[in-house]
Amino acid sequence: MSQIFPKSANAAVRSSLFAVLTLVLFLGWMGFTLMRSSWLTKQSEYVEQPIQFSHAHHVGGVGLDCRYCHTSVEKSSFAGIPPTKTCINCHSQIWANAPLLEPVRASFRDDTPMKWKRVNDLPDFVYFNHQIHVKQGVGCATCHGRVDKMPLITQATSMLMEWCLDCHRAPEKFLRPRSEVFNMAYEAPANQIELGLRLKKEYNVAGIEHMTSCSVCHR
Amino acid sequence: MTYADIRTRLASPTTPDGPAYWRSLDELANTEEFQDFVAREFPSQASEFNDPAGRRQFLKLMGASLALAGVSACTRQPEELIVPYVRQPEEVIPGRPIFFATSMTAGGFGMPLLAENHLGRPTKLEGNPQHPASLGATDIFGQAAVLGLYDPDRSRTLRYRGETKTWAGFTTALQAVLNTQRALSGAGLRILTEPLTSPTLVEQLQTLLAALPGAKWHQWDAVYGTVQGGAPTATPLYQFKNADVVVSLDADFLGFGPSSVRYTKDFSSRRRISTPKDQQNRLYVVEPVPTLTGTKAAHRLAVKARDVHGVAAALASAVGVAAPSAGTLTEPVQKVLPVMAKDLMDHRGRSVVVAGPYQPASVHALARAMNEALGNVGSTVVYTAPVASTPADGAASLSALVADMSASKVDVLLVLGGNPVFTTPADIGFSDALAKVGTRIHLGLYYDETAELCDWHVPEAHFLESWGDARSFDGTVSLQQPLIAPLYDGRQAVELLSALNGAPGRSPVELVKDYWTRAFGTGGFTDAVGAPFATVDAFWRATLHEGFIASTSLMREGATLPAAPENSTFEQATSPATGLEVVFRPDPTVLDGRYANNGWLQELPKPLSKLTWDNAVYVSYTTAAAHHLKNEDVIEITSNGRTVKMPVWVMPGTADDVLVVHFGYGRRKAGRVGSNIGADPFVIRTAQAPWFTEGASLVRTGETHPLASTQSHFAMEGRNPVRIVDAAAFEADPSIVKHMGHTPEPGLTLYPPREYNGNKWGMAIDLNACTGCGVCIAACVAENNIPVVGKTQIKRSREMHWIRVDTYFEGDPASPSGTYHQPLPCQQCEDAPCEVVCPVAATVHSAEGLNDMVYNRCVGTRYCSNNCPYKVRRFNFMLYSDFTTPELKAQRNPDVTIRSRGVMEKCTYCVQRINHARIDAKTAERPIADGEIQTACQQACPAEAIVFGDLNMPDSQVSKLAAQDRNYGLLEELGSRPRTTYLAVVRNPNPALPSETPAGTKTSGH
Repeated sequence: MSQIFPKSANAAVRSSLFAVLTLVLFLGWMGFTLMRSSWLTKQSEYVEQPIQFSHAHHVGGVGLDCRYCHTSVEKSSFAGIPPTKTCINCHSQIWANAPLLEPVRASFRDDTPMKWKRVNDLPDFVYFNHQIHVKQGVGCATCHGRVDKMPLITQATSMLMEWCLDCHRAPEKFLRPRSEVFNMAYEAPANQIELGLRLKKEYNVAGIEHMTSCSVCHR
Repeated sequence: MTYADIRTRLASPTTPDGPAYWRSLDELANTEEFQDFVAREFPSQASEFNDPAGRRQFLKLMGASLALAGVSACTRQPEELIVPYVRQPEEVIPGRPIFFATSMTAGGFGMPLLAENHLGRPTKLEGNPQHPASLGATDIFGQAAVLGLYDPDRSRTLRYRGETKTWAGFTTALQAVLNTQRALSGAGLRILTEPLTSPTLVEQLQTLLAALPGAKWHQWDAVYGTVQGGAPTATPLYQFKNADVVVSLDADFLGFGPSSVRYTKDFSSRRRISTPKDQQNRLYVVEPVPTLTGTKAAHRLAVKARDVHGVAAALASAVGVAAPSAGTLTEPVQKVLPVMAKDLMDHRGRSVVVAGPYQPASVHALARAMNEALGNVGSTVVYTAPVASTPADGAASLSALVADMSASKVDVLLVLGGNPVFTTPADIGFSDALAKVGTRIHLGLYYDETAELCDWHVPEAHFLESWGDARSFDGTVSLQQPLIAPLYDGRQAVELLSALNGAPGRSPVELVKDYWTRAFGTGGFTDAVGAPFATVDAFWRATLHEGFIASTSLMREGATLPAAPENSTFEQATSPATGLEVVFRPDPTVLDGRYANNGWLQELPKPLSKLTWDNAVYVSYTTAAAHHLKNEDVIEITSNGRTVKMPVWVMPGTADDVLVVHFGYGRRKAGRVGSNIGADPFVIRTAQAPWFTEGASLVRTGETHPLASTQSHFAMEGRNPVRIVDAAAFEADPSIVKHMGHTPEPGLTLYPPREYNGNKWGMAIDLNACTGCGVCIAACVAENNIPVVGKTQIKRSREMHWIRVDTYFEGDPASPSGTYHQPLPCQQCEDAPCEVVCPVAATVHSAEGLNDMVYNRCVGTRYCSNNCPYKVRRFNFMLYSDFTTPELKAQRNPDVTIRSRGVMEKCTYCVQRINHARIDAKTAERPIADGEIQTACQQACPAEAIVFGDLNMPDSQVSKLAAQDRNYGLLEELGSRPRTTYLAVVRNPNPALPSETPAGTKTSGH
């Protein structure tokens, strides 16, 4: 009886073993990369809004403080999106007839709220709180990036859990004095770790045990 | 199981593992079925999966779902919108709730509430801490009311004979009808309401009756507004804080009614002892039906409802009241009565006799005479004129109305709230008489049985959508304010009456404010500290903010009470009768069916029987044995010539030869939750005898009806989880509680010790104070978005409640000598057995000692639940949470994750509340104060039996309780080191009546 497989089949089998291994590794790498890709995290992605509101103009140009619009950032989990009234405060006086601002005027006129699309969106099982982060010296720009340079707002960071934990494990890498929290242009000093450790103590920031407890963010 | 088996087992001294305290008759009998049930935590899913065809299918599905899971993990998050206000109200901070004071009504009486409002959505109701009728707690109906607001089955459209109409169309038609009546000075107009205390509504009705003197106002409420054998002349207000000895004559003052919250607060303040020397109160209860009050009694006499009168008469004679003869008394009564009388006389001015609402006027008169003779009036009880503005005898009022209706004297009937077609006694024929009424108008929350038979149906606004007012049981005027605009275009009774009074356009707020503006001029109201209000505006604002007018409470210090009418005369007590007695009671959770469509209340285990989703006839163990009945047997009861078929539940503690029938089930048109479940005993209830009646008979039908009781679910296999001592034994040896179990040495563990340097959360539950009402469960459901699973799932032991209340009976099932309640949330073990077995670290320990549950990590192995000795973990076998009904989404607490299928969940000490308080404390740069965080169960508990706090803070309430002699850890011999601990029950029997099973001698098996 003749051989069913020629001798060269051995090579094919060996290489296919190698191929399987490669495939598994490739799939693993794919999963790992895909999960962190900006396609999934939506990092740096532009989102179409009812009005192409420019933070670069309002913050960087005009010099508005974050809290002029995001009023509840220091007292609530939610930083707050301004009511139409806040826009109209100024825009009843300046650019009062600009065609670009018609949706704002329509909202105020018809008493129908603006519908903004959420850019920085955490999963629903995560309970992030702005109030405490601002209080403990986490700058706005640390998570949201240089908003004053963004004509259209995008998510500046990955906002994956590993990104959260990066700071929760070692907040000294990011803490800044409370007076600098809303300062977009703040640059970390050379002795950041030293400063961070000092602020951590001064602000009574909890230790790693507590900061990495699940129920701090999930409940 | 046979009764002989149980008896033998109990009597036999050779049952080494025989339970001293038992939860169910099945447990006592210890049948194979029961052992099997206990061994499998979730009976129908824990069996081996060895059907070959099924396995193949299973693998296929698993493969497919794994692949799909892989794909779905790569889905991007869906887009979400942020919708800000156009003009944001100043006080609204998105992400933070606002609390508003309001009130709901029970039998017309105001039940004060604080409503938590998230961006315009009420999500949770709490008691009003300042209000004398609440002092911060609620009952189960207060907790569940918020679900009723969002009930998608509520009526949404105004209808005329089934067709949709407008409000304008309705008021026009109403005016036309009214014009005809004006000519007759209202002779054909009748108004039927529920009992009312609302000053605004009462004034409107009086205005209407003054304008149309021929019109009549009737009142009916199957639960609160009716009496048998006449109504008492005066209303008693009790001060249980001052009472050392309490005698209840068929009064469930702790378990039910608009005063139960306040009375439980006062009563349990005398049960929360801190040292063995503290004196407790002593409670004697005479009652036909086991009630929550009865379970707190030192001595309880189960007698027929009609025999309570005889016992009252005998007791009155014994304490020196010229009472009528008592007739013959049974042997147990004869034994206890002289001791009880002596105890009362030894505590003159420090005792109180309480008569229950189901007893005739004569019993109330005897109780009042006893209190007067004992010098209790003024110290433990005061008598005042009735607070309600309507006749107390609803059945008489209703009978008069039906007579007029049958005689075709009624042209227009206005039904303001309630569901009389369903709830009225069958013998007076309300529905038939209704057909003879010319124009029938119904205002109600649901398009129910009554709406169906009426010409006009107007959807009613829920109390959380309404302006209004009511007086609480102690007279306190409480305001109602809306938390949300009417969801379904509902209208209020005040609007309708205003239309009848010729002012159809006035808004409810205008009407209520107008009344109180006028009342302010004459009222002389003062605030909580007794200061008068500067202006009417200040008065209105302060009252809305506080929710009530402090100076109207009759229970406050120095209140001048309206003079109580003279006591009525006693009637001859009837001698004990033979034969079966039917005792009617409202269902403990759905009342007369008004809450039938509330899934939370349907699923809340009913006290003692722990039945859900059904009603049943309670019979005593002896009666069951005599008639060869067992649980779930369907019997046909014949009473006064009418019959009803109902399943049986053998309820230890029921008086012999009594059939306790709970009405409120058997609704045809309740909604998708409550329609067509249970039996309707209203068909055998009569207007003459709405609460108890003689001469009934029963026939076994041979059918069975499955009942879903949670009583034997999650049993801890006879390990005696409750520790009970007698007061004398405890005083003699304060360490006796600690010695009833075995506490391992602290270091006796393989795990490395953990240190808790910050907050160390713990809980202590006082079993001596707990009345077993179950409001902790209802509060937990509302706070933690716990889903309703339905009867079929409960039969499979799959209820999702994070806290349960276990009931333990003691002694002979024919007449149990004690009943004890044990609320059981997650014990937050320091060495938690669940944590070590989780393969994916979905349940881990937090730095503050919480046993965290991470839903998004859980893969559903259920190992943790299997390894939990307390059986407090709950698994989502199916998608129990409603993810689709839009109305229900608005109800959810936004601070708690909604769990999906395949995920384990459990109590985490309301970690959302801990986190909020911690963040606020840190923002204010201060430590978290003791008492700042209240868990939902603790906040709602009227007995203040649950205390939560920081065990690292030596002065905290919970630390003090943990250090008490009564404190013990449940199953602590297992070394789990539970953070939740219990305070043992200290019974306070009369030394002259030695208990049959002396406590304090048993040890837990270890």
